[in-house]
Amino acid sequence: MVSPSYYLTLSAILFGLGVIGFLFKRNIITLFMSIELMLNAVNLAFVTFSRQWGELSGQVYVFFVIIVAAAEAAVGLAIILLLARNRQTLNVERINLLKL
Amino acid sequence: MTLFEAYPLLLVALVKTGILLFLALTAVAYLSWFERKVVGHIQSRLGPYRVGPHGLLQPLADGLKFLFKEGVEPQGADRLVYYLAPFLALSLALSGLAVIPFGPAEIEIFGVRTTLAVAEVELGLLFLFAITALGVYGVALAGWASNSKYALMGGLRSSAQMISYEISLTLSVIGVVLLAGSFNLREIVAAQQGYWFGAVPRWFLLPQLVGFLCYFTSAIAETNRAPFDLPEAETELVAGFHTEYSSFQFAMFFMAEYTAMVIASCLATLLFLGGWESPLPTTGAFAWTVYLPTVVLGGGGALLLVDALRHHRGFARGVLALLGALLGGAAWAVAQPMILPLVQGPFWFLTKVFLLLFVYVWVRGTLPRFRYDKLMAFGWKVLLPVATLNALVTALVVLLRESGGLAGVLR
Amino acid sequence: MTLELVLFIVLAAVAIAGALSLILARHPIRSALSLIVVMVALAGLYLLQGADFIAAVQVIVYAGAIMVLFVFVIMLLNAGEEERTSWSRMARYAGLPLAIYLTVQFAWWVADGASALALPAAPAESEPTRRLAQLLFREFVLPFELTAILILVAILGTVVLGRRES
Repeated sequence: MVSPSYYLTLSAILFGLGVIGFLFKRNIITLFMSIELMLNAVNLAFVTFSRQWGELSGQVYVFFVIIVAAAEAAVGLAIILLLARNRQTLNVERINLLKL
Repeated sequence: MTLFEAYPLLLVALVKTGILLFLALTAVAYLSWFERKVVGHIQSRLGPYRVGPHGLLQPLADGLKFLFKEGVEPQGADRLVYYLAPFLALSLALSGLAVIPFGPAEIEIFGVRTTLAVAEVELGLLFLFAITALGVYGVALAGWASNSKYALMGGLRSSAQMISYEISLTLSVIGVVLLAGSFNLREIVAAQQGYWFGAVPRWFLLPQLVGFLCYFTSAIAETNRAPFDLPEAETELVAGFHTEYSSFQFAMFFMAEYTAMVIASCLATLLFLGGWESPLPTTGAFAWTVYLPTVVLGGGGALLLVDALRHHRGFARGVLALLGALLGGAAWAVAQPMILPLVQGPFWFLTKVFLLLFVYVWVRGTLPRFRYDKLMAFGWKVLLPVATLNALVTALVVLLRESGGLAGVLR
Repeated sequence: MTLELVLFIVLAAVAIAGALSLILARHPIRSALSLIVVMVALAGLYLLQGADFIAAVQVIVYAGAIMVLFVFVIMLLNAGEEERTSWSRMARYAGLPLAIYLTVQFAWWVADGASALALPAAPAESEPTRRLAQLLFREFVLPFELTAILILVAILGTVVLGRRES
């Protein structure tokens, strides 16, 4: 059986990569995807702890995280569509004014 | 389990995968022949007739043609994604076949005990839905990577259509899952064993008739087949997402579409038509039905032999006579008491799948194409509510049955 | 070397490669594809840990629905390659090394802290999916119903946002 510490380390690495992506990418859609990567890393930790303590409620949390991510993606992408329509750009550095 | 212990298992899986791949690709090739024949006859034509007797060698000729055509790569296409898309579509479709059980029992060949499925997945139904969910990418990415307006429109349309119909597809089988109490395909089939009144099979088709109709309609839309083949509506979009594809890349999309059809039919058989269960009881007055495989194969062989006499060309005569003899030999083989019980499951399973595939082709030959907005409206405003209602009513019935009436629920 | 360890190493390598490619790819479609690869690899890791249902949900909902939405929007907006912007001098020389250092340090802390964890002693549930359903619809039924409202609100919000003003 693979030790849970391996899974947790992988989860930490993926989370860190998600943070790096969020800080360094400039396309707003890619930023959003970096957030999804962080959520996925957290889910991996949830599943690992769920197995570690023999407690299935950890998987229930993963389920909820996925649902919230779905709702978030729907609303977030609608906002991005509106942004792109109004500003003609997806670069977050050009979306720096509250009012046009 | 160490890696060394796992080798025999891996080897068996590899052999089974090889056999299944060969059978599936042959079946898919002849499915295209079958479709052209049936649509031809529906439209008072003969269909393919030139290559081999009754055009039987047409799939071979088509395959060779696809292999030797030049592959064209459109200007400004994203190369990686352009070549990845057809590969993704075909490999996903084929991997869906891996979890489908083709028969009930374990069989023993050369001392290896194994089941009639490449993989026994605990949540087989969910695995198939996962595969279907990923299938959208092949189409969407192909449309995007082609760098062409028609392909992009086709790709967008099809991803919208596939996401929309996937929801009603999933909802329509919830009723079956509730009745069987399992996501496992074998357990779902096991829940359909037996007969009402001694003769009517206890398939989920009867209690879940609404679910079956919803499932089949959504499955047609999900596999992008007529009358829902909007992604490739040739009058508007040339050929939709695969407009720019040629040669073997095109063949891969083609095979993926037909494999998806086969999987949808297999799933419908497992979920609603009792899988490998015989529609007739095999005891009492119906005991003779165990020889039906022999009758069907032998009858087919005899027909081919008679037909061989009608043909004038020696080549056609030879091919038909050979096929007839092969079928006759197979008929003799399956009548042997050792093999007889083994072929019952696969025979009924494949017969039902074949019937459903015929319905697929029949629908294509009969119904005109939907308009795009009507298709979306139908999916969201008719199919989805009906499937939801079906799931709700089934849940209520199961709840009442399990807790023993209304009093049990309220308690 | 057990089969599980081999599978873990392969899937973990795929996941990390996908995450790196998400960051390094210039085109949003490539980034989206990388993220899908990460998600499928994670689903494999869930399967390895006996979380079959979560693995299926991960592929069906995350990879099959949420990411399709992303790909769909990228295609709809016809988003091109990412623009290069000039970074400030501090970001250029200190930012990336610092970020990499922090990630490595974070992973190190977790690895260090988790190494004390013993292998799970509790036997795996015999029917985990059934147990999960019971948890969802008994103990967690209120949060579950709340997510239904959340989804409804999200749908309404999306419709309102997506409507063109006439």
